[in-house]
Amino acid sequence: MKFARLILVNLLRNKRRTILTVLSVAVALFLFATLRSVVTALDAAGEVGSEARLITRSATGITFALPQSYYERLRAQEGVRGVSWANWFGGVYVDERNFFAQFAVDAETYLAMYPEMQMPEEQRQAFLAERTAALVGSGLMQRFGWSLGQDVTLQGTIFTGDWTFTIRAVYTPDDPSFGDQMFFFHYDYLYERTNRQIIPGWYVIQLADPAAAPEVSDRIDRMFQNSSNPTQTETERAFNTGFMTMWGNIGFLVRAVGTAVFFAILFVAANTMMMAARERIGENAILKTLGFQDGLLFALTLVEATVITVLGGLLGVFGAKALFRPGNPMNSFIPGFQVEWSTVALGVTIALLLGFVSGFVPAWQAKRLSVVQALRRVA
Amino acid sequence: MALVEIKDLSKVYYRDSQQIPVFEGVNLEIEQRDFLALMGPSGSGKSTLLNLLAGLDRPTAGSITVGGAQVTGMNRRQLAAWRARHIGFVFQFYNLLPVLTAYQNIELPLLLTGLSRKERREHVTTALGVVGLTDRADHFPRQLSGGQEQRVGIARAIVSDPTILLADEPTGDLDAKSADEILTLLQRLNEEFGKTILLVTHDAHAAERAHAVMHMDKGVLSR
Repeated sequence: MKFARLILVNLLRNKRRTILTVLSVAVALFLFATLRSVVTALDAAGEVGSEARLITRSATGITFALPQSYYERLRAQEGVRGVSWANWFGGVYVDERNFFAQFAVDAETYLAMYPEMQMPEEQRQAFLAERTAALVGSGLMQRFGWSLGQDVTLQGTIFTGDWTFTIRAVYTPDDPSFGDQMFFFHYDYLYERTNRQIIPGWYVIQLADPAAAPEVSDRIDRMFQNSSNPTQTETERAFNTGFMTMWGNIGFLVRAVGTAVFFAILFVAANTMMMAARERIGENAILKTLGFQDGLLFALTLVEATVITVLGGLLGVFGAKALFRPGNPMNSFIPGFQVEWSTVALGVTIALLLGFVSGFVPAWQAKRLSVVQALRRVA
Repeated sequence: MALVEIKDLSKVYYRDSQQIPVFEGVNLEIEQRDFLALMGPSGSGKSTLLNLLAGLDRPTAGSITVGGAQVTGMNRRQLAAWRARHIGFVFQFYNLLPVLTAYQNIELPLLLTGLSRKERREHVTTALGVVGLTDRADHFPRQLSGGQEQRVGIARAIVSDPTILLADEPTGDLDAKSADEILTLLQRLNEEFGKTILLVTHDAHAAERAHAVMHMDKGVLSR
C-alpha cells in the first residue's frame, strides 16, 4: 500500500495519455463483451426449444407454407399428442427499426403447447376470447411502453394494410433465452383479413414421448414425401439450431474480430507503457540508487500497466452489461441477448492479461536498467 | 579499522573490443566522521569511483569494504538492500521526482524500510528541519529554487541515516550563494551529526570545506 501513491502519481503524470489509453481499452472490451454476447446468445437460442416438440415445415424452404389439411393427418399420427401451427407476420410498428418477431398462431392449441410462456389465467382467457387480441412479451411491453388493453397498429409488409390489435395478455418466459420480445395474435384474424388466402407456415407437434422423435419425424416426412408439399420434420431444438446457422459461422467471425481487437489494443497499451517507461528511465535509475530493488521496480511498472487496462476493462464490460440489460432492443433479433457474468469475468481476465503483456517489456527494461548508464543520460 | 577500505581497485570499460581503462590499483581509506573532497578533471574517474563505492557499478578488480561489509562481493539484490541502508547519494542535478512533493521525495528511501507511516513522518519532518525546509514540505520541485531542490536532495540522502554520504558535484548547478549554503549544510552534517562525507567536486573553494582533499588525474589518486 505504501507504494500505491507512487503508482498513482505516475498514472496521473500524463492524465490525457492515461485517460485515452483507458478509453481505448474500454472500447475494445466493450466490443469484446458485445460480440461474445452475440455468440453466447446465439448458442443459447440454439439450445432453446423442447425435444418433445417437432416442427414440420415445407421441405422446399421455411418461407413456403403447408396445406391446412395436414393438420388432421398429423394429429392422427401415432405418438402425437397435439398439433398447432403458426405463420410469420413481418409487420412494422411505426418504424422499420422497431423490429420484433410477430406470429399468427392457432391460439388455443399453441398456448397449450408452450408452458414456457407464463401469464395470469384471466389474461390468457381474455386473449383467447377476442379475435383481434394480442399476446405480447414483457420485454417488448417495456421497450415500447405499452400497457394492457392498449391498441397497437402494425403495418403489414407480407400482408399489406394496417393491422390493429388489442393487447390482452402479457407473457413472461420461464427461461430468458426463450425471449420476451415476441408478439402473438390469432391466426383466424389473419385468415379472415386475407380473404382466407392464407395457409399455415409451419406445424408444431407435441410428442407423447420425446424418445420417439426420430421415428415420428421420419414417419411424417415419409407420409408427405410424394405429395405436392413434401415436409421436413425435426425437433424444435434442431430447428432452432438450424435457424441460427443461417447467421453463418458468426462464432468464427466474432472470434476473429475479437482477436484482432485484442492485439490492436495490446499494441496501443504496450506502446503507451513503453513511452511512459522511456520517459522515466532517469527516475528509475534514481530509485535504484536509493535502494529500490529490481523486482520492486518490475512490479510497480507491471501494476501500473495493469491498473490502466483493468480500469478500461471494467469500464468496457460493465458498460456493455449496463447497456445490454435483459429486455434490451437487441432481444428482438437475438432472444436472450445480454452480457452474461461469465463474459464480464472473461473480459476482466483479458484486461488483466493485457496489462501483464503490455507492461512486461517496460517492466523488464526497468528491472534490467543499468543505473550508471541511465544516470549519465540524466546528468 | 577505517569505515571505508578500497584496495587495489581497477576499472576498465569496454566499448566493443576496445578497452578503456579508468584507473588501476587505487587504494583509499576513509575514517568514520571524515569529510573528504575528491577533485580532478572531467573523465579522471572521480564519478566512477563514487559509483563503485555506492555499489552502482562493479570494479574490474580489487575490493571495497564499507563498515566491514564486502561491497564487491554482493549480488544486485544484496547491493540494492545495502545501498538503501548505508548510502546517501546527493546528485549534481538534484534528481528529485517531479511528480512528488518535497516531503514525498524525502520519504522515498523510507518506503524501503519497515517504518510505519507515523515513524516515516517523524523522520521526514526531522530531515526537513535539518535542511531548513519545513515550510516547503508540500512544494513540488518546480516550485523550489535550485538551492532548495538540492537541500531536498540532501534531506532525502540523510533521512534513513546512512553510513556514508556521497555527493557528486552537489554545487555544480548552483549560483555562488546557494552553493555556499549547501556546503555549509554538508559541513554541519559532518560536524554536528557525525556524517562521513565523500564530496566530488571541480570547485577548489568547495573542496576547502573538507578535512582533506584528494586528487584524481588519469586514474591516479593522490593526496
